Amino acid sequence: MPYRMILILLGIVALVLAPLSQGNYGIYVLCSWLIFSIAAMGLNLTLGYAGQVSLAQAAFMGIGAYTTALMTMAGVHWSFAAAASMGLCFLVGLGLGYPALRVQHHLLAFVTLAFNTLVFLVLRNEEWLTGGSFGIVGIPRPSFFGIETTKQLSFYYFTLVVFLIVAVLFYGVVRSPWGRAFKALRENPIRANSLGVDIRRMTLLAFAIGSALGGLAGALAAPLVQFIDPPAFALVHSLKLLLMVMVGGAGYFFGPMLGAALVTVLPEFLRFTEGYYLMIYATTVLVLMVVCPTGLIGLGKRMVARFRPQRVERGDLKQGAQL
Amino acid sequence: MNAATPVLSVRNICKSFGGIHAVRDVSFDVGAGEILGLIGPNGSGKSTLFNCILGQLRPDSGQVSVNGKQVAGMRACDLNKLGVGRTFQMLQVFPQMTVLDNIILAGQEHHGNMLTRLFGPPDAGLTEEAERLIEFFRLGHLRDELAGSLSYGQQKLLDAAMAFMAGPSLVLLDEPAGGVNLTMLASLKERLKAFNAERGTTFVVIEHNMEFVMSLCTRVLVLADGAIIAEGKPEEIRRNSQVIEAYLGG
Repeated sequence: MPYRMILILLGIVALVLAPLSQGNYGIYVLCSWLIFSIAAMGLNLTLGYAGQVSLAQAAFMGIGAYTTALMTMAGVHWSFAAAASMGLCFLVGLGLGYPALRVQHHLLAFVTLAFNTLVFLVLRNEEWLTGGSFGIVGIPRPSFFGIETTKQLSFYYFTLVVFLIVAVLFYGVVRSPWGRAFKALRENPIRANSLGVDIRRMTLLAFAIGSALGGLAGALAAPLVQFIDPPAFALVHSLKLLLMVMVGGAGYFFGPMLGAALVTVLPEFLRFTEGYYLMIYATTVLVLMVVCPTGLIGLGKRMVARFRPQRVERGDLKQGAQL
Repeated sequence: MNAATPVLSVRNICKSFGGIHAVRDVSFDVGAGEILGLIGPNGSGKSTLFNCILGQLRPDSGQVSVNGKQVAGMRACDLNKLGVGRTFQMLQVFPQMTVLDNIILAGQEHHGNMLTRLFGPPDAGLTEEAERLIEFFRLGHLRDELAGSLSYGQQKLLDAAMAFMAGPSLVLLDEPAGGVNLTMLASLKERLKAFNAERGTTFVVIEHNMEFVMSLCTRVLVLADGAIIAEGKPEEIRRNSQVIEAYLGG
């Protein structure tokens, strides 16, 4: 669809231009949005496409962030550290996927919640490795072929490139037969299994790929802040990521990006309301979820359907009800 | 497999739930191209037998083989790859996916491997074949509609079509006529017969609608209290006093 391509290109141009009018803090918020979008994309695959509830995405960001921090501070280049972070999260995600083969819905939510808490405790208590409550300070920002990313603006463009690569790859996955199998797993696992879909394998993959993207987001978050500590990856952040996916629209490609924008950027716009901003923000989210449980994308679709009636009438209505 | 090997062979299947014997020592064969009807009053053990055949229940004893291969305990996805299609008693489509996507999904796992399915074309090269099947089941005008927006009858047709996408040698249909109106029922029967004639697909059909069974099936097997009480051609079954008694009661 050419108009869709034009919109996407305009979006990319906007992303390139967005930081130019911003100060350091504004660019930091934009970087955070891109990073959380990557993590939320991962959760969107696990939850939105494959229908597996997970409250552990922040834990995977934590594993990715600490792995990258430790490796880059030991002199390993960021790209290798990020690959290792993703690989480790992929494997841990596979492990976390196993309970999903036995329990579902709220029980699975509790299993993943417990996992997030476990990771938090390990990060806080294993001081010899993680620095404990003091965290890790002075994480270096990477350079590529002599191009430094130490400045906030250059780090933003680096994050943007990673984000775009991830978005293209993610789009490829959800459009592929794998994506169809993930959706089938979400909608009707018993039927999917009877049609040859190995639901065991797809469940594990949904967790593993989603977790790997969480790891990549962590690998970007560590050099962004250049300091990490356990509270940054506590359960509340997994809930925040869940909120991003749900508010944006679970199971929609652009859903997590919109959700991440709402969760990270909207509070900044509401700061002028001073003490009331969190209340306004919470009420906005509450109303949105009640009015449109399919999130912002779902709301947009409903608006389009209301104001622009279907141009193509349903085929069978044209032919008359034969069946 | 030689020519005489039955497509489906069920040997001495027994299944109990506590003290209730749901299936008692049931044995039968289904030959290539046959349409076998499995009938019986409610609680006669039809669905339990079906679930034992399809690996959803593990029988207490007995064996099931498809094209000569033992399938007891096999996962549903592996059974499907062995050439066994099925439909469920309750409607089972993917409501948030289009009719075309429902059909492509039903065939994609039989093409290539995990990597080619990730890096290959989004439709796994199946759009043309899926469209042919959609047309065959007269759903062509609904190709891009969400399956959930179709009428019950249309979803029933889609459900059946999905079972055929992978080119199975054996299809087990669990109450395909349930809740379907007469016009639609005739269409479904005609499509099943056409599939059987053109591709030689073997069917096992559980059904309560006697008219549907008698006009579709080449052989009928009657279950009562978990055991086979009669077996034969539809016209023989109609006249069988044991069958009449089982349905109408003593």
